Amino acid sequence: MADALLEIRDLHVRVGDKPILRGVDLVVCAGEVHAVMGPNGSGKSTLANVLAGREGYEVTRGTVRFRGADLLALAPEERARAGVFLAFQYPVEIPGVGNSYFMKASVNAVRAARGLTQLDAIDFLGLVKQKAKELEMDEKFLSRSVNEGFSGGEKKRNEILQMSLLEPALAVLDETDSGLDIDALRIVADGVNRLRSPERAILAITHYQRLLEYLVPDRTHVLIGGRIAKSGDRGLALELEKRGYAWIEAEAR
Amino acid sequence: MRGVAAELAFERIFQSAPRERAALDAWRAFAERGLPTTRDEDWRFTPLAALEALDFAEPDGGEIPADALATARARVGDARRTAGALHAPFGAVLEAKLAPFSALNAALAERGAAIDVSADCERSVPFHLVRWLGGGAQLASPRARVTVRAGARATVIEHFVGAPDARSLSNSATDLVLERGAELHYVQLQELPETAFHVSSLASRQAGDSRLHMTSLALGARLSRVQIAATLEGEGAELELDGLYLGRGAQHPDHHTTIDHAAPHTTSRELFKGILDGRAHGVFHGRVHVRPGAQKIDAAQTNRALLLSDGAVIDSKPQLEIYADDVKCSHGASIGQLDPDALFYLRARGLDLAQARALLTTAFAREVLERLPVAALRESLERTLHDWLAPRSAR
Amino acid sequence: MTTDLTALTEREYQAGFTTAVESDTVPPGLDEGVIALISSKKHEPEWLLEWRLRAFRRWREMREEDARWAKVSFPPIDYQAISYYSAPKAKKKLESLDEVDPEIRATFEKLGIPLSEQKLLAGVAVDAVFDSVSVATTFRAKLAELGIVFSSFSDAVQSHPELVRRYLGSVVPYSDNFFATLNSAVFTDGSFVYVPKGVRCPMELSTYFRINEAKTGQFERTLIVADEGAYVSYLEGCTAPMRDENQLHAAVVELVALGDATIKYSTVQNWYPGDKEGRGGIYNFVTKRGACRGPRSKISWTQVETGSAITWKYPSCILQGDDSVGEFYSVAVTNHYQQADTGTKMIHIGRNTKSTIVSKGIAAGHGQQTYRGRVEINQKAAGARNFSQCDSLLLGDRCGAHTFPYLEAKNASAQVEHEATTSKISDDQLFYCRQRGLSNEDAVNLIVNGFCKDVFRELPMEFAVEAQKLLAVTLEGAVG
Repeated sequence: MADALLEIRDLHVRVGDKPILRGVDLVVCAGEVHAVMGPNGSGKSTLANVLAGREGYEVTRGTVRFRGADLLALAPEERARAGVFLAFQYPVEIPGVGNSYFMKASVNAVRAARGLTQLDAIDFLGLVKQKAKELEMDEKFLSRSVNEGFSGGEKKRNEILQMSLLEPALAVLDETDSGLDIDALRIVADGVNRLRSPERAILAITHYQRLLEYLVPDRTHVLIGGRIAKSGDRGLALELEKRGYAWIEAEAR
Repeated sequence: MRGVAAELAFERIFQSAPRERAALDAWRAFAERGLPTTRDEDWRFTPLAALEALDFAEPDGGEIPADALATARARVGDARRTAGALHAPFGAVLEAKLAPFSALNAALAERGAAIDVSADCERSVPFHLVRWLGGGAQLASPRARVTVRAGARATVIEHFVGAPDARSLSNSATDLVLERGAELHYVQLQELPETAFHVSSLASRQAGDSRLHMTSLALGARLSRVQIAATLEGEGAELELDGLYLGRGAQHPDHHTTIDHAAPHTTSRELFKGILDGRAHGVFHGRVHVRPGAQKIDAAQTNRALLLSDGAVIDSKPQLEIYADDVKCSHGASIGQLDPDALFYLRARGLDLAQARALLTTAFAREVLERLPVAALRESLERTLHDWLAPRSAR
Repeated sequence: MTTDLTALTEREYQAGFTTAVESDTVPPGLDEGVIALISSKKHEPEWLLEWRLRAFRRWREMREEDARWAKVSFPPIDYQAISYYSAPKAKKKLESLDEVDPEIRATFEKLGIPLSEQKLLAGVAVDAVFDSVSVATTFRAKLAELGIVFSSFSDAVQSHPELVRRYLGSVVPYSDNFFATLNSAVFTDGSFVYVPKGVRCPMELSTYFRINEAKTGQFERTLIVADEGAYVSYLEGCTAPMRDENQLHAAVVELVALGDATIKYSTVQNWYPGDKEGRGGIYNFVTKRGACRGPRSKISWTQVETGSAITWKYPSCILQGDDSVGEFYSVAVTNHYQQADTGTKMIHIGRNTKSTIVSKGIAAGHGQQTYRGRVEINQKAAGARNFSQCDSLLLGDRCGAHTFPYLEAKNASAQVEHEATTSKISDDQLFYCRQRGLSNEDAVNLIVNGFCKDVFRELPMEFAVEAQKLLAVTLEGAVG
């Protein structure tokens, strides 16, 4: 398993007194796309937040290794700089902070950690405009405050824009398809597909399989009750679409 | 004391009867300071000159006339009319914020009403305390204490009415004590004649997880001053504090509220609305205090005033004092008129200007009224408001 | 306590600065003789001396306690221990920047101040290449062409006595308040600006131009008059840490805008705030007020207050002219043991007058932050409008943020709206920024700057950029 990018072993996570993840095992290799599906409350978003290092989630057991190193020991920004990107389910609004300015600060922070030169304002603007165009985003979103007054779909597109700028090794998409109409879904999926490469991996967390039509996963996992109850190929996602989750819940028991 | 007529009258009343030790202390506290003047920051906008000049007499002990009682009862509908007797000394905390009138009350009140509700007490109907203020220039010092025991629920309406043309002063003091998990709706309905004076000192103390909904409705009196000191002492305590004040002629409705978040995880919502016409002068001072270490506080305060005439004045002074960082506190204050777009909209639908005005003004007040716990009270107050607005709408 | 304060008053702000022996300084203390001396040293006309003396007599009847209503605490000040006049001080020039306190130099670096300016600010002898006086002279020639007067207050008393006499004290009367009255009696210098009818001042006027010429004093007096249809933008202060040996500062600024005139007054205040334990630091008691005298006149105050141990100032607007406009935009930051009690007064007298208040307070460490404001709509001010937004941000659990707005309306067509919020910096925002690779500290700065955006965009461009950096320096280490 030399090329395992992300290796989650027996991960137990608690929020307050409540255990949410109860022994998750998951290995994602470079070049792969994995889908994690599951009913509401199964722990999907918890998994995404734990990978990104949000406070309030207590890991009580297990390990998460990223490129062989302990991911859980890192601060959120260190994870980002190491190449872990979380596309948020609910991107927060930051009033007064220009979107373009914010992305430049972010890109340069990540570039500095990778030993790359800083982009100046002009280079950055050229880059961000090109990426925005690919995502069919109006340039006015670059000059507005971060996510402020964006619609749900615009926020999601803004997340993918940031992802394409930061070029992470591992992109975790937390319900990125929710709140998108069919055209926006295709644009967002194209954006993610453009990022696919033999060096990168994608972990797509979703409730529905429609995103997976565009973003064909190598593996599909079903998270139920804080554990991966079943894994399979793309066929599993289609089967879930038809039959729901109940049969797996029954199988798991 | 400065020796104004009213102070001398208070002293005479005080000395006319033997008093308990606690009353003596309270009198000293009052006498040391005397009646406040506009030099006192808390009284800057409420001059007491008219009150100072009066030579008050002891209450004549007269009963409330039957018709007045019937009217008062009709307001509230089905209610429990009796309360236990509260004997001096009352032992209640004398809040410095409520001085000096709370001290004067403690010095002169001989007995008061006690309502003590325990969890096993089934109370679906509200308690209705009618406070009668006699004619001439009398001094009444009513006192009440409401205690709601752990897990119990109650509704209490303290209702101030008086003889027509009375120049009397009603100086009341009310303590509300909520034990753990208790729930209380307290409504003060003040509809004294527009010649009378009303000072009300209200103090509440809430233990953990208790819920208090307090409403002050200041409709009458020439000068009314309602001072509220609410303390949230236990985690999870919630306070809703509502107020509606009306002023016309030379009326002067004044509310001074202090909400003290003394424990973490406490919540307060304050909503005051005022409608001022004629030469009325409204005052709203609302202070929200978050003590050091009282984290996870959620406090929101709103005061909105509607000025219907150029002679009307509003002084609005919200204050946030925050000594903890994990808090969400806000206040909003606005002074204005009816929305011209809304007026136009109603007229475009066929209402005349007067109707449109009355409708929107009622709607403005309704936000407070519709939160009242007693249906009969909500309905009768809407009618009162309608009548109050009628002479203006007819213009 | 008094002795301590005296020691502090005379103490030098930072190691590395030395004061030359002064030849022309009156002994500490204040009486009519001292005032007469100040006046005669400046060759002032008789009327000005009388004005000063009236102020002094009034001041003696006033009590400092009456000025202590603000939410700031400080030990008693011994006003007789202050020396009220000294001739322009000849500072010993330092030979090179190496002699400057390294901490100050580090701050200069962080603020990105050019080397030549660093020298100027730190009091290092400036080489011939950078000659601020000649720059100022060039500017002054251009201003003179347009009939604009921009000079020190003392010069204006000599060159334009009629203008000074007409407007001095017409906005802030000599009897206004304890500190303003003291200033009226003993002010030493300041700035004077007059922009004639219909003239638009083509450049930002800055005290910076005269930094070497007349040292800003302890009791500064500024008077700006914009005649009908005139426009002027004035910048006060600079973002570099200002050194001063005097602990007490009591300045007065008066603005007069006649019909259709506009005055924009921007301040960045970064006086020495005291050390991390709250020792030392400037007490800044300032009275700033503008009168919109004519119809459609406008006065706009913008301030960024990051310095001083105590800030006590309420730049205000008296909106007399019909359709006149008053604005107040403020960012105030208190860290460590700093205390700021600041806000504004908007007095609406004319019809259809409008005012806007945007105040952003940030408290960190043990800092105490108070917004105090007053909006008054007089009976004749039909159609008056005010909007106020006052937000406070708390960084840490030992600081405090307080909001004391006061609204009074006496006209039924007035519309007054006030919104205020107090909250801590959002965990969600911090996490979002960190997930994008920003450090905790950078994330805090980013969010705080966003919080202040509405005020920063009112500042002239170059000031705004510096103000952002200044905020970062002030809040350094505020979030662990």
